[in-house]
This record gives sequence, structure tokens and C-alpha cells, in this order.
Amino acid sequence: MWGSIEVLLSLPAYNVGLILNGLCVGAVFALAAYGLALVWGVMNVKNLAQGEFVIMGGYLAWYIAKTTGMNPLLTLPIVAVLMFVFGWAIYVLMIRRVVDKDLFTSLLATFGLAIVMQQALNLAFGPEVQVAQFGRGSVSMMGGIVSILEIKFWAFGMCILLAGAVVAFMKFSRMGQAIRATSQDARAARVMGINTDRVYAFTYALNSAICGAAGVLVAMIMVIQPYYGVTHSVRSFVIVTAAGIGNLPGVIMSALGLGVIEQYSGFVLGAEFQVATVVVMLLLVLIWRQYQASRIRQVVR
Amino acid sequence: MLLRKLGFSVAAAALSMSVTTAQAKVEGDTIILGSAISLTGKYSTNGIHTQNGYELAAKLINDGGGVTVDGKKYKIKIEYYDDESTPARGAQLAERLIQQDGVEYMLGPYSSGLTKAIAPVTEKYGVPMVEAEGASRSLFTQGYRYLFAVLSTSEQYLASAIDLAAEQAKSTGKDPAELKVALAFENDPFSQDVRAGVMEDAAKHGMQIVIDENLPRDLSDMTPTLIKVKALKPDLLIISGHSKGAATAARQIGEMAIEVPMIALTHCDAAKVTEKFPEASEGFLCATQWSPTLTYSDDLFGSAADFEKLFKETYEGYDAGVPYQSAQAAAAVMVFADAFERANSFDKDKVRDALSATDMMTFYGGIKFAEAGNNIAKPMVLWQIQDNQYQVVAPPKWASHKLVWPRQAAGN
Repeated sequence: MWGSIEVLLSLPAYNVGLILNGLCVGAVFALAAYGLALVWGVMNVKNLAQGEFVIMGGYLAWYIAKTTGMNPLLTLPIVAVLMFVFGWAIYVLMIRRVVDKDLFTSLLATFGLAIVMQQALNLAFGPEVQVAQFGRGSVSMMGGIVSILEIKFWAFGMCILLAGAVVAFMKFSRMGQAIRATSQDARAARVMGINTDRVYAFTYALNSAICGAAGVLVAMIMVIQPYYGVTHSVRSFVIVTAAGIGNLPGVIMSALGLGVIEQYSGFVLGAEFQVATVVVMLLLVLIWRQYQASRIRQVVR
Repeated sequence: MLLRKLGFSVAAAALSMSVTTAQAKVEGDTIILGSAISLTGKYSTNGIHTQNGYELAAKLINDGGGVTVDGKKYKIKIEYYDDESTPARGAQLAERLIQQDGVEYMLGPYSSGLTKAIAPVTEKYGVPMVEAEGASRSLFTQGYRYLFAVLSTSEQYLASAIDLAAEQAKSTGKDPAELKVALAFENDPFSQDVRAGVMEDAAKHGMQIVIDENLPRDLSDMTPTLIKVKALKPDLLIISGHSKGAATAARQIGEMAIEVPMIALTHCDAAKVTEKFPEASEGFLCATQWSPTLTYSDDLFGSAADFEKLFKETYEGYDAGVPYQSAQAAAAVMVFADAFERANSFDKDKVRDALSATDMMTFYGGIKFAEAGNNIAKPMVLWQIQDNQYQVVAPPKWASHKLVWPRQAAGN
């Protein structure tokens, strides 16, 4: 451990590598978390199939790129549209029936969905680990000490762009306003003539499309396999819980922050603590929140 | 009284039933072997490779007339159940095969985890099991009497890479004790076994371990570890983490332009690194149980290359190469056939003793079991990826190509 810290102090360039990688990895996780925050905030559905949506997006990108020879990055809009349709269908078939039920019903339903999706992906694409290739190689900096896949920078840019687009959409479009109104008070929104069922369907489909987009990037940056969705689900929950529901800029910040912390803990403490640290951070945030809330007497005892 | 009578007749009925099922292991002129195998779920690809290996060997033995026991020819038939890649299901199905179907000879499932779940069951009933796909060292430390494995155990997987690095150091006038070794192993029984073997051999040569990482199972990013590799510049980097680990490592080694002169890993072929990362994977050393270029041979299949050719002709989808999983599965069936003939009986304890005394040469390699049931007659082989092809470079006796050292820098 001290040896690792010494390395960082003696050659600060390695810090640049850790920070850049952390930001880019964080950006990928941010997207799925972003979608989760949306669904959670608007519909109060905790979507446990979040990671499976990501993996499915990844497989679609991989499959389209493989069969048509397209660059996987260019499949992103196609995948987003396909996943939007898929999300809408899942809403109509399933989520509509659990959206106003209690917490456990929606948890169970989406957990079931996750299992069905894993098996379906396994049947459709097989259990092998797959990757999609962006094919542009790495960007080398600081005399080769820092070398990062070009696609990671694209992912970072996309994440920021997409986040901006969603925020603008929420603020300025009719649908966005309706979504916000529904999340504030679904009953009042209905009284005002908003078709909340459509709003829910749209929100869920939008989440699915965002996850699909994240999946395209995951296939190019990490690896995909039908059962690897869990990592993304867990990470989304950690990020959203740490940021607080309904705090969309907070989601991005906490995703990027956790990405960087993860890289540092992996480097200093060792790889086995890389993921553990993320969960410890969540714990600390929750303890801090509880403490803050107790000071203004809002804590639930 | 009546109740006792009833109880007795039930017991008698059960006894007579068990007698009839006990005969089910050999029906007419057919010997029935049982296997729970992963045909669906996460191991299904390798489960099917295994099944294909079993079937091809059974077919070939039957085409050649079958197995001669007590002067009579018998055919081999294998009864399968799908264990859905879950250990609990595997154990249930093993019970079912033995208890309900009366199977008295078992072929192994796929993976160490499943074998670990099934071995206590076969042991309980004294049913001999020849397995081909469970390499974990821990399978052979339980004192199992009825478990036999044709493959090399996991701690041998990458130990030869250490010897190879030491030889290379000597030939360039360096002391092996000066070599710096970086290790990154997944936190699971298989990879930790591999690590134990590597550590033992590294200690023998007095090499310094500069990095020793435990990769968590759900890790999808190795950059912090690889940045450490960049900073500390080891002479040898060893990685084991199943297909996911191999794919992630190959991707990020390329991405980060890691320039370690020797990189060794497991599961290269399962992760298809030559297809996915042709540039980054050049020069990788990969552990393998078997290679079709080896010069082993037997009377049934001919040489290792003949096996590969026949396998490709029989099954579709193996144009890129026949996995060692299929080869060792076929070898397991051959071991059983050989044991039946030598036992000259269908008594399961006699068959067990015959298995224990196995000493044969196959296209897959020599097979001779230690007391614990693991095969001690076959070494692990080390491939090096040269010009995007897997070539055997170690151990020296079986090497077809010379080691390329240092490996060319990975430019992605």
C-alpha cells in the first residue's frame, strides 16, 4: 500500500491516468444511474433490471455491428430507438400493473424481469464474453505513461451531452413538463388533464433507451455477457442513493466521483477493494445524511 | 402387526425394485453411463463441448465393436440430464441418476463447482466417476475414493510459465532471482489454486513478487492494476480470471500499451482473444490442457491431430479449432472403456479398482491416477500466440515453436 502511494508521489503523471480513467468509467455508469433516478423519482419503481437493459443494449450494438459491419458507435441511435420501443412494451406488459402497488411488488416484478432477460440473452447470443471494437485505438499522453482508449473520451462526452439533453428536455418540452408534474403529484397531474399512464410509459421507455446507449459504450469499453448486468444494477443503485432521488446533476457528480475514488482505491489498496470502496462510500453518505437529518429533526426513528 | 407386515412388504418391494434398477446400468448389451451436464445456463457452451466429446468417443468405441467384458461385446450409451449450470441442481440430478435410473458409472459434469457438488453424491453411493472438466485442487484433498480426473489440476496451469521465464533469464545471463513478477488473480477457488502453484514455483527460483492482486468476481476494469504494472515494470505478468478476466486483460493491455516482456494467462482460447484482440494478444502465453499439435496418439482416435480432424467433421461450428474441453471429455470415456475391459466385470468396486490402476496413453496424453484420483501422467502445456496462432512453446519436450521473447509491444 505504501509502495503504491510512493509511486503516485514520485511520478504524478500516473495520477492523470487514474483520474481520467475514473472520470470516463464513471461517465458510463452515470448513464444507467441517470435512467434509474428518473424511473425511481417519477414512478417510484426501483428497476432491478437496469443492468440487464444495459447488457441488452450492448448485445444489440455488438450484433448490429457484427452483421452489418458498422462501427459500433454509429449503432447507438439505432440501439436507443430499439430499446425505447422495448421499454415501452415492457411497460405495457408488466410495469403498468405494478406501478401503483407497494415497493415489494415492483422489486419482485423487476427482479423477475432481470432473470428472464438474462436467460433470453443467453439463449439468443450464447454465454460467451463478447466485445465490440470501436477500432480507433488509444490516445497516448505524457510520453506514453498515460494511454486511454479514444472511445472512453467519446463516452465521457456522450454522457455530458445526453445529460444536458435530458435536462433541457425535462425543462422545456411538454412531455418533460408533464413528467415533472407527475413526479411531484401524480393525482394532481391527472386532475390537470395529464395522461399519467403515457407519462409513465414514456419515462420507462426513456430509461430503457438511456440504458441501451450506456450498453453500447459498455460493449466498447468493458466486456458484455448475459449475466454481467448485476454490476451495472448495483452501481446504479449506489450512485442514485448517494446522490439522492430527483437530483439529476447530483447523479452525474456522484457517478464521476465514485469512478475516480474507485480507481484510486484499486491502485492504493489493491483490486479487491476497488468495488468495496464504492459501497463503503455509500455507507458513509447514508450515515452523513442520517446525521444531517437528525439535526433538523427529520429523521425517521 | 398388520402395519409391520405392510412395512415389510414395502421394504421387500423396494428391495426388489432396487434389484431391477441395479441391473439398469447394463441393459442387454449396453453399458449405461450417466452424466449431469450444463446444456443451458452460463456454462452451456462448454457443457456442449463436453457432451460432444463424450458422444464422439462413445460412438467410435461402439463402431469399433464396443467394450469386451467377460467375452461379450457391449455398447456404451450415455444418459444426460441438464443441470442448468447450477451446483444444487447437479447434485439432485446425480441422486436421480443413481437412485432412480440405477446408473452405476458416472461421467463428470462441466466445471470444478459442479464436480464439487456431485462428488459427495457419487462417493456416498460408491459410484465411480471419471470427470474431465473439474481441475480444482480442492477436489483431490477430500479423500474421495471414487473420483478420477483425466485433466491436470489447476495449480499446474501456469507454473510452467515461471520456469520458462527463469530459463529465459538464464539464457540472457540474468539471475532468475532478479526477476520481478506481477500477479493478478480472481478471487475464486480455481484462480487461487493457479496462484498457489505459481507462488510455489516463483519462491523456488527466489523471484520477487512486486504486485499481487485479488480481482473481485464482478470486476470489469483492471486499469488501476495495469497502471501499477506500468509503474513497477515487472518482467512477468500473470493473470487468471476465466474468460471475463482474459478478455478484460487483453482489451486493457492493448489499450494501455503495457510492455511487459512476458505475459501469461488462462482462458485465452475460451475468451477468443486472438479473434477479438489480434494485436494486443500477440505473444501472450496461454495455459492449456491439450493442443491438437501435440504428438500423443492412441489406437482409437489416432493422433491428437486426427482427433481434431474427426471432431471437426462430426460436429458443426468448430472450424476455429477444437477446445480441449472436448478432447478431455473423450479421454474420460476411453478411460472407462479401458477399465471395464481390465476389470472384466460390472461390479462397481471392481471397476473402481481397475480405474485406480489405469495406466494408458491416449491422444489426449498419458493417464495414470494418483491415490487422490488426479492424473499425474500429463503435463500442462503452454501456448504462445504467434502471428495470431496458438503454438506450443513449453514444456520443451512437446514444444513445436520457439518462445518469442520479449513479446512485441502491444500497439492496439
